Amino acid sequence: MKCSEFLHELTNYLDGVIDQQTKVELENHLSWCHNCYVVCDTTKKTIEIYRDSQLYELPEDLRTRLRSAIMTKCQQYKKRGPESV
Amino acid sequence: METIQNKAEGPVSDELTLVRAAKQGDDSAFEELVRRYDRNVFRIAQHITQNREDAEDVVQEAFLKAYSNLAKFQEQSKFYTWLVRIAVNEALMKLRRKKPERTVSLDEDIKTEDDSLPREIADWSPNPEQQYTQAELREILSKTIQGLPPGFRTVFVLRDVEGLSTEETAAALELSVPAVKSRLLRARLQLRERLGRFFQKRESGDGNQ
Repeated sequence: MKCSEFLHELTNYLDGVIDQQTKVELENHLSWCHNCYVVCDTTKKTIEIYRDSQLYELPEDLRTRLRSAIMTKCQQYKKRGPESV
Repeated sequence: METIQNKAEGPVSDELTLVRAAKQGDDSAFEELVRRYDRNVFRIAQHITQNREDAEDVVQEAFLKAYSNLAKFQEQSKFYTWLVRIAVNEALMKLRRKKPERTVSLDEDIKTEDDSLPREIADWSPNPEQQYTQAELREILSKTIQGLPPGFRTVFVLRDVEGLSTEETAAALELSVPAVKSRLLRARLQLRERLGRFFQKRESGDGNQ
């Protein structure tokens, strides 16, 4: 497997949707190609860091306020139709 | 690698019960759907708009649009996927209004060459995120994802942050599965490269005295 082929399969590999034969070839490539190993490892870390970051969590007070505004608008819509909101 | 868990909670069948009750006019059932997905919608909206006030507007507009169009929801997909599609469209519209000089669409900035390996490949420190406080880390992550084209960060947030499947992401964005995969790869590689500035191993002065 060449580096370009590794890159082509990277997303499938990280998502665990790769066939066994390709997986073996890819892991063999990673065992000797340090650059691709680093790209694979740090891309995986990138995903994990974003997933675990709790970036843009909705604060509870804002959440309550938004929900109340949404339900008020929904009730206005129900009573008076699309022009009301 | 472990399968990434969907952050939206609750079994699908329960979701459908709530949707059907809401369709019959039960507002408390709809409120329960709001309660269930408001955090997801807010996170997606802020990732796309990169602005908190806009994200708040998107949450309100998306749920109101879902409420007023509930009768048209055919139940062929999950309610959540349908809601995400509405929210993404609302968020992209916000961006378009703010940046009228640039057309914002999911198809833009996809012209990069296929399969070019990143040039600078330096390894990261172990547990690089621990070098920063939580607030610093959030600032870094926010600034970094801001630099990505909207089409890339939208796919990344749905797929990698919210944990939608590739197929669900494709359905929510009305893109093909190969298009989602291609954007996801580029988004992941670009974020990796940009984060490297903060997380790379230092050449010297790293411990040994």
